[in-house]
Amino acid sequence: MDGGKRAGGRPGGSAVGDHAPAHPPTRPTVGGEGLRVVGAPLRKVDAVAKVTGRTRFADDLALPRMLWCKLLRSPHAHARVRRVETSRAEELDGVAAVLTGAALPMPFGILPVSQDEHALAPDRVRFIGDAVAAVAAATEEIATAALELIEVEYEPLPVIADPEAAIAPTDTPLHDYGDAGNLHKLIHLQFGDVDAGFAAAEHVREDLYFYEGNTHLAMEQHAALADWSPDGKLTLWSSTQTPHYVHRALAKVLELPPSRIRVIATPNGGGFGGKSDPFNHEIVVAKLAMVTGRPVKIALTREEVFYCHRGRHPTLMWVKSGVTADGRLTALHFRTLLDGGGYGSYGVASTYYTGALQTVTYRVDRYRFEGARAFTNKAPCGPKRGHGTPQPRFALEVQLDKIAEDLGVDPAELRLRHLVPPASVTANWLRIGSMGLGRCIQQVVTASGWATRHARRRPGWGLGLACSSYISGAGLPIYWNDMPHSGVQLKLDRGGGVTVFCGSTDIGQGSDSILATIVAEVLGVAVADIAVVTADTDLTPVDLGSYSSRVTLMSGNAALQAAERAREILTTVVAAKLAVPAARLVCAAGRLFDAENPELGLAFADAVQLAEAKMGTVGTVGSYTPPRSPGRYRGAGVGPSPAYSYSAAVAEVEVDPETGIVVVPKIWIAHDVGQCINPVTVVGQVEGSVYMGLGEALMEEMAYRPARRLLHRIPSMLEYKSPTTLEMCDVETYLIEDPDPSGPFGAKEVGQGPLLPVPPAVANAVYAAVGVRIDEVPITPDKVLKALRQQARGGPGRTGPERFPDIPWPEPTVVPTPWEGGDGRAAGGADRSAGQRTAVGSVTPERQH
Amino acid sequence: MPRPRPTADPAVITLEVNGERCAVAFAPHKTLLEVLREDLDLTGTKHGCELGECGTCTVLLDDAPVLSCLVLGLACDGRRVRTVEGMAEGARLHPLQETFADLGAAQCGYCTPGFLLTAQALLDANPRPTRDEIKAALAGNLCRCTGYLKIYEAVELAAARLRGEDAEPARETLYGRR
Repeated sequence: MDGGKRAGGRPGGSAVGDHAPAHPPTRPTVGGEGLRVVGAPLRKVDAVAKVTGRTRFADDLALPRMLWCKLLRSPHAHARVRRVETSRAEELDGVAAVLTGAALPMPFGILPVSQDEHALAPDRVRFIGDAVAAVAAATEEIATAALELIEVEYEPLPVIADPEAAIAPTDTPLHDYGDAGNLHKLIHLQFGDVDAGFAAAEHVREDLYFYEGNTHLAMEQHAALADWSPDGKLTLWSSTQTPHYVHRALAKVLELPPSRIRVIATPNGGGFGGKSDPFNHEIVVAKLAMVTGRPVKIALTREEVFYCHRGRHPTLMWVKSGVTADGRLTALHFRTLLDGGGYGSYGVASTYYTGALQTVTYRVDRYRFEGARAFTNKAPCGPKRGHGTPQPRFALEVQLDKIAEDLGVDPAELRLRHLVPPASVTANWLRIGSMGLGRCIQQVVTASGWATRHARRRPGWGLGLACSSYISGAGLPIYWNDMPHSGVQLKLDRGGGVTVFCGSTDIGQGSDSILATIVAEVLGVAVADIAVVTADTDLTPVDLGSYSSRVTLMSGNAALQAAERAREILTTVVAAKLAVPAARLVCAAGRLFDAENPELGLAFADAVQLAEAKMGTVGTVGSYTPPRSPGRYRGAGVGPSPAYSYSAAVAEVEVDPETGIVVVPKIWIAHDVGQCINPVTVVGQVEGSVYMGLGEALMEEMAYRPARRLLHRIPSMLEYKSPTTLEMCDVETYLIEDPDPSGPFGAKEVGQGPLLPVPPAVANAVYAAVGVRIDEVPITPDKVLKALRQQARGGPGRTGPERFPDIPWPEPTVVPTPWEGGDGRAAGGADRSAGQRTAVGSVTPERQH
Repeated sequence: MPRPRPTADPAVITLEVNGERCAVAFAPHKTLLEVLREDLDLTGTKHGCELGECGTCTVLLDDAPVLSCLVLGLACDGRRVRTVEGMAEGARLHPLQETFADLGAAQCGYCTPGFLLTAQALLDANPRPTRDEIKAALAGNLCRCTGYLKIYEAVELAAARLRGEDAEPARETLYGRR
């Protein structure tokens, strides 16, 4: 149902002929030598559809006889559902069906270890907004009116308002699973002799930090349309980032064979992680379609999207760093406490991620991580851009700023001295490939004039620096299996067209265009000659989804393999026909020709026809499975990636000491993307990440009213503050291209990593400007004023958390580091038992590929 | 108490949509946004909040940008409406559509129709806007993907072309800085 995926081409150019750089003569010579379309600033394949209103988002779809669904949501943060009386609603004229939890008893959840959600709460609601009943009616108005006719008898239960309350032992936990009462997950990992590391340190710091929760706020509200055919086939169109996981959840809850279910992910109007879970409304409309025999659609209101949430976990952090006099981290000890909300979602993975990537930027000799996730009676938290890593990155980068000051070392110099080397393994057994952070730091330091301006600060003005890294896709799938993470099929048409089929989902990041560009590059045809069919479980091979910045690397590699196989078929038959060695044939400019005699060749379409005549229908497949990680301990499943991106940012801030208002005029950012497949989209991802990081740094917060039984404080776009054009800063984006051997043409991720350095860079700049430390985000004016007033009274000049609660941490899993002679396993062999599962439901890596 | 099913007679109005006069019947409580999307099948106009908070549903009403979620359909009788579907002239894209497509000003594309029409109204009134004037004009439209910067550049490039200048995008706009 998408109107315009074939519309590729060069900007302002004709529909064919994008072989040459689109905008001569500005093609840089950095990276991409010998490439024709990879690295060129081509129009995205769906760009014209998007600027003409032709893109069909989920709520733009309608089918004949379609019913509208509305969900009845709990007004209680925590209550037992005693009784749901639906008869009056069912009798309302125009109502086709009413469902309650009894109709959908099977639990589900994104992680195999957290199957704790129901499509409609059968007996208990766990946050304000939890759904208890659903109506399908002829119009949205009737469905809404019917909700008021449903009577629910609730028995309010004690409310767990925050993680501290969740620590207390309880006989009646929110869920009947978890590591300790309302503590959903407890993690304790130790890499090397951490005590010895602190003993060897010449300077030790302990600090507390807090990162407030915030939400994705994608402009498109979630919507889904289900159609049930009397032949027993179900089709669901949905604004989801993960059609494959929705497919699995529907099969489980509806108890249908997956072969009878087709999930089509419509182009997402923004995702940012907020459309990565299978959602109750998707299951409900599917069930209602089955019950009524009519198509059923739901379009969530903005308020309901706030209840779906799955956003950034509010995270309290305690960080202890030991350093040598020149700033090397001899030991690092991190504690995190995450407010998970009412359900598991991706939370177990999120918790591991708050401890996973501290080691991939600067060398950490020894490392201890303790992480806890609490269930509370709020909207469930989950993955938001950066998934679990912006919080610890904020803490680490602000603490490094303090350490640099303690040691009298320039913060940039401190970081440059101790970079993780490329092609190395970290203390927690993550394998680093290419590593461009040094170049990133040098670039932003030069561009911002850091050396002279940072030291020569003036009152109310300051520069701050921070860095980060992020994964290019997770090394393990969400559910244990030994199949590829991404698959691509190519169909070559006699007319010269090529169709790419892939399960990946374009959420605005441009993944459809990445597929087309890679295939066009390999086969030497124009991007406009490529048709892209994606995110349809009937038509496309599985790709796990648009999350963890995995799509360019993983589906890109699958597309590369499929295209190379197609090229081999074509060159084989053309070589025989022209009597030249296949290795001498070049695919370019829509032809296959002899490199030594370019006149000798065939048009691409003729080559396809030749192949089809000789071999039958021409099609190929490609797939991608990440390499095995060296970590073999329990919990090693979160953190490994085929490649890590790197970013460095310098933020310029102005702070008004009278009002506490922080203004950010400019951010310089450099990002190591490995290789641009399309520089326009890469720059766009960097700028968009900076924007979202700026919002988290200064204003965005998912806040509740504890005094009003955890009513969401701000479920609207007016009250949930996000940067408008008037708050957005100027951005200077520098791209570092250091091709990574794991990426297609060397490409690494860019969609999430550049968000990470922004909040700490802003916090460090605020300190440079007015000398106070705001150790939590968002950095709102009240927090700045509080610190300034404290400072004026002779206090330390800090706003931030004051204590970290006592948590019943388990005994550590002790893993020797690579430089202690470890082999990636835990000491004592506790991790070796066959079939043992990691926290996210995958077995220990013994059984990986 | 149960609300009765809406039973009001449909309203019928005549309006000019994208240069074509049409009559449309709809439930009288409907907003212009709903009339466009549900009764005229012009789903290019999107919605982000239905409360006038995000600017996504912006259309031009008698050439002025309005939030179509806050305008009753009944208030549009005899008026002119322009939606994103009507920006192109035949098969030729509006210069703003060209530059939004070329410079990556549309990522997910959901807010794009609202930005395009707001920008068109700006350029119709002010062919040579400064960056600050562009920011002010677009301040009521939220975008979560782009950080707005590519949108500013697309508006500036389209403005130059609409003035008849032979303008090209800056190198760093297309390639980033290196």
